[in-house]
Amino acid sequence: MSDTKKFLYINRKAPYGTIYAWESLEVVLIGAAFEQDVSLAFMDDGVYQLMKGQDTSAIGMKNFSPTYAALGDYEITKIFVEKESLEERGLTLDDLQHLVWEDEDEDWAEKDSIRLVSRAELGDVMAEQDVLFNF
Amino acid sequence: MKLTIQINEGPYQHQSADSAYFFAKAALDKGHEIFRIFFYHDGVNNGTRLTTPPQDDRNIVSRWTELAQEHDIDMVLCVAAAQRRGIVDDGEAERNGKDATNIAPGFRISGLGQLVEGGIQSDRLVVFGD
Repeated sequence: MSDTKKFLYINRKAPYGTIYAWESLEVVLIGAAFEQDVSLAFMDDGVYQLMKGQDTSAIGMKNFSPTYAALGDYEITKIFVEKESLEERGLTLDDLQHLVWEDEDEDWAEKDSIRLVSRAELGDVMAEQDVLFNF
Repeated sequence: MKLTIQINEGPYQHQSADSAYFFAKAALDKGHEIFRIFFYHDGVNNGTRLTTPPQDDRNIVSRWTELAQEHDIDMVLCVAAAQRRGIVDDGEAERNGKDATNIAPGFRISGLGQLVEGGIQSDRLVVFGD
């Protein structure tokens, strides 16, 4: 039996205010060592986690948003962002960090990690998974 | 079916510890196997033996301990989450220079890899929390 499963980490909450976003990222980073087929999804207020230019100095909390830019190094290359969640919040992809990964098979060509998907398409992505983590 | 259960919320504050407990009991009654129960976020507070609820209320912590002992269930508190929230066993007390422990019987402290392994090894990962 193959031990490789399709994992999807679903991030639904704002980055600060509660610890869910940060502790979700901790699972993602640890889980990367298990060599599973990992995807991340950002929906609802979770899309705020990927905002560029985050500044937490006024709330006395660690700004962990630079960590998302390292996901490519952990071979996490599929980051789904739900289109409706962005639109409902007046955001576009330009408001988010530009996340990339390097494709070893194409001479380390830099490729976009973020895939903008509709709510219905994200539902299809979820249906394909073996394990859903919901944070 | 082999199950791993993840609990993300603290006891009493949130019903997920209760729902997860009743789910676990029902699953065992139906003959399913529980590979692991993993406590994350404030869920690690399910594992402090210092909990003292009023006498006419349920004792969520000892309820977990009894369930684990009766069915030989592996109950794991996430180490990073536990360190943040002051849940301490002997090893953690020694490592971090703490003057006390509070982990309840039947629980152990270990890494997030145990959660990921639960997802890999089980037929279903069932998550309780917001």
